[in-house]
Amino acid sequence: MPESVSNITAQMPRAKLAGLLLFFLGPAVAIYTLFSIYPLVATMALSTYTSDPSGARSFVGLANFKTLLGDALWSKPFWNALGNNLIFFAVHMCVQNPVGIALAGLLSLPGLRLRGFYRTVMFLPTMLSVVIVGFSWNLILSPLWGVAAGALKAVGLGSLFAPWLGLESSALVTLSLISVWQFVGIPMMLIYAALLNIPDELIDAARVDGLGQFRIFFHIKLPLVLPTISLVSVLTFVANFNAFDLIYSVKGALAGPNFATDILGTFFYRTFFGNQLQLGNPTMGSAVATVMFFIILLGLCLYLFFVQRRIRRYAF
Amino acid sequence: MTTEQRARSLGVHVVLIAYSLLAVGPILLVVMNSFKMRNAIFGSPLAPPDAATFSLIGYEKVFRSSHILTYYSNSLIVTLVSMALVLLFGAMAAWALTEYRFRGSTALALFLSIGIMVPIRLGSVAILNMMRSAGLNDTLTALILVYVAQGLPMSIFILSEFIQQIPKDLRDAARCDGVPETRIFFEVVAPLLRPAIATVAVFTIVPIWNDLWFPLILTSSDSTHTVTLGVQQFLGQYITDWNSVLAALSMAILPVVIIYVILSRQLIAGLTSGAVK
Repeated sequence: MPESVSNITAQMPRAKLAGLLLFFLGPAVAIYTLFSIYPLVATMALSTYTSDPSGARSFVGLANFKTLLGDALWSKPFWNALGNNLIFFAVHMCVQNPVGIALAGLLSLPGLRLRGFYRTVMFLPTMLSVVIVGFSWNLILSPLWGVAAGALKAVGLGSLFAPWLGLESSALVTLSLISVWQFVGIPMMLIYAALLNIPDELIDAARVDGLGQFRIFFHIKLPLVLPTISLVSVLTFVANFNAFDLIYSVKGALAGPNFATDILGTFFYRTFFGNQLQLGNPTMGSAVATVMFFIILLGLCLYLFFVQRRIRRYAF
Repeated sequence: MTTEQRARSLGVHVVLIAYSLLAVGPILLVVMNSFKMRNAIFGSPLAPPDAATFSLIGYEKVFRSSHILTYYSNSLIVTLVSMALVLLFGAMAAWALTEYRFRGSTALALFLSIGIMVPIRLGSVAILNMMRSAGLNDTLTALILVYVAQGLPMSIFILSEFIQQIPKDLRDAARCDGVPETRIFFEVVAPLLRPAIATVAVFTIVPIWNDLWFPLILTSSDSTHTVTLGVQQFLGQYITDWNSVLAALSMAILPVVIIYVILSRQLIAGLTSGAVK
């Protein structure tokens, strides 16, 4: 934006400008490059090496990736983790977004009392550590304590209770729902902010035309906040394919039962750091991290090229 | 208000209250039961503690058998130092990017924005190698460096938007008076950025305080564990001792909840101010 730069700074001598840039940008660029970009690049580079037990490294090209995707010892857990991660993401998309939109829609209703109170309370879980949330739900759903079983019994659905977190068939979906419970505050807040930004004239015009609140929401407000919804979706995608804390704190590094809750984050941790069953392997760990990087990159590219480009930007 | 409108408004409140209960219920349940005796935790989990069931035994055990105070002070040091550096370096970089015209500024801004979307966690293997060879393994410094690198891109992005809104006349007037650029930034511009601090804080403090991954990878001794990692390991060890587990969970929950309740207005204003749209 040339107009935002004043004439005085534009006329500055080169050496002086260089000195100022070094002073102002130097620390941020140095720390960011050294501890964020360089490790990413170095990790990708490391994924093309292998190390023998003595610690000596030798270049192997793409062999690590071939092992990861082709050798059954590696590919089975990898595809299992990727599949589970897709389910984890799908549950977020199908539950977190609709609930977030519904809550934001209710919160933004004109003349709603106690708005601030609801907002504060409903956002609270998002502020807590995933570890705390995971463990608290672990206790609540535990058949030992019986809180969840008791609550279901109280409404006459006692027979529905099962130790969901312990069963191979339901553990992953239960963990996904715990994560949704925690993070629904983010779509709620962002969509709520977008709904408040819609100019009143548009809503008033619709009301004069005789539309009810319900139709105003679905036909006018919702299409206008679509860009925010797709932003929330891509944020969720990145967070989900990088998730680790919840599974690790509830299920441990082995992501039981029988790897039913293993996602890429826990698979990466086990590969890189090791656990009871295997020694840590930094070069294979780097290969897993590199694959995760490309999966996230693919998601970002799909968002930028297909979603972002098609959305018409409304200038308010 | 017509009857129909009143009924509809009642319905909205019923839904919102129900969801609010779902959101805080589990947290209240954990905190409430941490103040009860073991048989009361299991006998009547939904009842608040009374004179007969009140007990602090869980808290006593946590204090006795873990380094919880060290964890708290480590978390506090790491979070505050990282936040201060993110704010300082972020504001300086944002100022240079918005104020000075130079070749490569767009490319640099793009380079800095990679970190908003790509999680730094994926570089962990190399980060651990670097920290080991620099002798920083198992130090709070290692955590701070990583968290500053992680927080900078978002803070530069948010602070740039703030700096663009500061009237140009202000800094140009100072320039005409011959005030050096560094003083313009620190004495004229920086004080005006105060409202942005809450917004940047949302995006730095919370993820750092709650992070499990980097303390797990980079710290190995009790003296460098943060609250999140310390409590996580304590929970794993004492899993069958419900008093201690509930007390440890409550001790990790309460500081965050207190800070959140005090700052919630600013936090929510920051989230909804259009910083992320």
